[in-house]
Amino acid sequence: MKAIVLYLHVHQPYRIKPYTIFDTASDHDYFTAEYNDRTSNEKILHKVAAKSYIPTNQRLLKLLKDHPEFKVSLSITGTVIEQLERWSPEALQSFKDICATGQVEIVAETYHHSLAFFYSRAEFEMQVDMHRRKVQEIFGQTPQVFRNTELSYNNDLAYWADKAGYKGILTEGWDKVLDWRSPNYVYRPQYTNQIRLLMKNYKLSDDIAFRFGNQAWSEWPLTATKYTHWLNAEPNATNFNLFMDYETFGEHQWDESGIFNFLEHLPAEWLKTEGNTFMTVSEVIDAVDPVGMVDVPQTITWADTERDLSAWLGNPMQNEAIEALYALQDRIIATGDYALIEDWRRLQTSDHFYYMCTKWFSDGDIHAYFSPYETPYEAYINFMNAYRDLEYRLIQKGVTV
Amino acid sequence: MKILMLGWELPPHNSGGLGVACLQLCKSLAKQNVDIEFILPYKADHDHDFMTVTAAHPQGVVEIQKAGGAYDSFKYVYSDGQEEWLDVYSQQQVYEQSIGRVVTNKTYDVIHAHDWLTFRAAMRAKELLNLPVVLHVHSVESDRAGGNHGNPLVREIEATAFSLADTIIAVSELTKQTIMRDYHVPANRIQVVHNSIEPDTFGELEPDNTYAYLMAMKAQGYKVVCNIGRFTIQKNLPNLLYAAREVVAREPKTLFMLVGGGEQYYQLLTLAASLGIGKNVIFTGFQRGKRWRDAFRIADLFVMPSVSEPFGLTPLEAIGYGTPALISKQSGVAEIIDNCLKVDFWDVEAMADQICNAVRSESLLAELHTNALKEFKRLTWDTSSQKLLHIYRRQTVAA
Repeated sequence: MKAIVLYLHVHQPYRIKPYTIFDTASDHDYFTAEYNDRTSNEKILHKVAAKSYIPTNQRLLKLLKDHPEFKVSLSITGTVIEQLERWSPEALQSFKDICATGQVEIVAETYHHSLAFFYSRAEFEMQVDMHRRKVQEIFGQTPQVFRNTELSYNNDLAYWADKAGYKGILTEGWDKVLDWRSPNYVYRPQYTNQIRLLMKNYKLSDDIAFRFGNQAWSEWPLTATKYTHWLNAEPNATNFNLFMDYETFGEHQWDESGIFNFLEHLPAEWLKTEGNTFMTVSEVIDAVDPVGMVDVPQTITWADTERDLSAWLGNPMQNEAIEALYALQDRIIATGDYALIEDWRRLQTSDHFYYMCTKWFSDGDIHAYFSPYETPYEAYINFMNAYRDLEYRLIQKGVTV
Repeated sequence: MKILMLGWELPPHNSGGLGVACLQLCKSLAKQNVDIEFILPYKADHDHDFMTVTAAHPQGVVEIQKAGGAYDSFKYVYSDGQEEWLDVYSQQQVYEQSIGRVVTNKTYDVIHAHDWLTFRAAMRAKELLNLPVVLHVHSVESDRAGGNHGNPLVREIEATAFSLADTIIAVSELTKQTIMRDYHVPANRIQVVHNSIEPDTFGELEPDNTYAYLMAMKAQGYKVVCNIGRFTIQKNLPNLLYAAREVVAREPKTLFMLVGGGEQYYQLLTLAASLGIGKNVIFTGFQRGKRWRDAFRIADLFVMPSVSEPFGLTPLEAIGYGTPALISKQSGVAEIIDNCLKVDFWDVEAMADQICNAVRSESLLAELHTNALKEFKRLTWDTSSQKLLHIYRRQTVAA
């Protein structure tokens, strides 16, 4: 038996609008830009819903109905669920519809897509809890498998997830960790008892997520037949972990690239061969025994050629910004002011730090594509001015800063 | 007395202090019955009843600004819809070529030119009109290049013009020394005429301030240290940030505000973050008008740490707006204001010490400002323009 484990990550941050020092202490809304501004969350959500969420879910729903074997795992952040509720109930309904088939599993993560695990365990656990409750409310499921923001992962995280009762955890199948081993199996994290580890097959995933529309790629154009052939050619795999951003479909790879066509044909092509199937992340963990232990003392992620946190925490601006933010934690939480706490949490979303990344040369194209700011410096200035406004709001409440 | 005045900018289209100095100087000269025709490289509406402003050629101010400010030694830019790139060097050549047409059938007594961009035009006019030329030096290339050699093409223009000039005016002793050092001009050919300021133009302070965040932080006991200027090598802002790290370590409730823009912007942002003082350093971007005035006013201490500042108007403006100043000894303004804190531009330790002393002591700040304000109030452009008038007269007699 061989299973494709298709896992899609749905996320939109609350981008900070153009926010200068003159806005600090006078305008406490950091996230509502003019509709036509590049940082307008509403406009971006409308665009992504129209280009990606709605047309992709339409196709997924048909595939799920046509092929009972077809399964999908989704992680969907609290920040994007909120935005869908507010600006595209239609897209949110389409997510509910695919979940209602019973063939879609929701994966646990932090509500705010944050890096809180690395800065504050209490805050991290709070956000995971918030996310679980939101998923229960919207989709009626309780997540069993955990993924941390950007698939960031280390032994500590696995230990935490094991203790927290998750049956599985996801990360990158990075060569430096796996060495001679293949990501196409189920593993166990070092120092844990029960939990299982699923590692992304980044070559096969990136063929779809990054290379699909690239006409300079030697394998272009990629068809479902060709792709299935590659998978079938792997002799000993049990599970192909295809992990990618949901927005691959229609947003990162546009409709014109043929990505939807590829998606529509993949299940039928794959299921043609006896023994081929699809599984959700929980299903593969239940069905397949682990083949070995994986030891990850240092943090890995699914991003950039370094596969570490350097896209978020790799330069002094990023470190200054995130450390300043977490240093406010106790004072912010102590206020009990829900709006203030929520703004502080929205600023924790990892995207803010990603926009400040200056690694332009090796991964610049990807970063530039995802940033609504002209420069990483602009992103930093906006962020710090918003941070200063949080300080100001604390002062207004009589808190010393 | 009729003066052909060659300049590159006037407010409100100025990129810095050069335009302000030219305007104030002309206003004061006009009071002494000097008749001025001021030639600008661009066309713009100027409402000045004390002099005539003429455009050397019919381009808008945008083209000049795209070519870079008067301080930029070199910068490629798109000029005017046509497929042509004009840098500031070519702009000054066009200005020179236009000058013949401008002065045809006109009579003047003296030609007075401000900084290298107008020097070739001044030489051309001297040739055409056979009149004495006064070159007014607000900065030379090594000032703008932060003590380095700078652009050799610009240095060539400066060297040639200085050797042909009838008289050279430096805005400070410091600048006079620089001209002598860089161009081997004998001391007796250079006269110092300090820039000044018109204290009456500083009106009543407005009650409100646009920096609401800083107001709130000051109420929490924070002190604000401010610099206003271009982010360029001459201004030595990296050293201010190194000093700021020391200050914040000793006095965490100190905020630094850098008002302006320039090619060092990103470098300074990154430096502040890597020094671990990102929270304490505020970047406002370039400001004019009330936000610009309010920046001076909100500060407890104004710092001008320049490597080389021929004059340096901003500390005087700070004093006028109610804020004492720390300035580098390598500035012309240090020659006319005693009641300032002064440090060598390279001495980061001393800079940090002085800033700490200031933010720790309200009484030091108050005393500094009270005394500086007395000096400030005695300043007037009229002293400078009288000196100039004297120089003009000597030139016309000699001619």
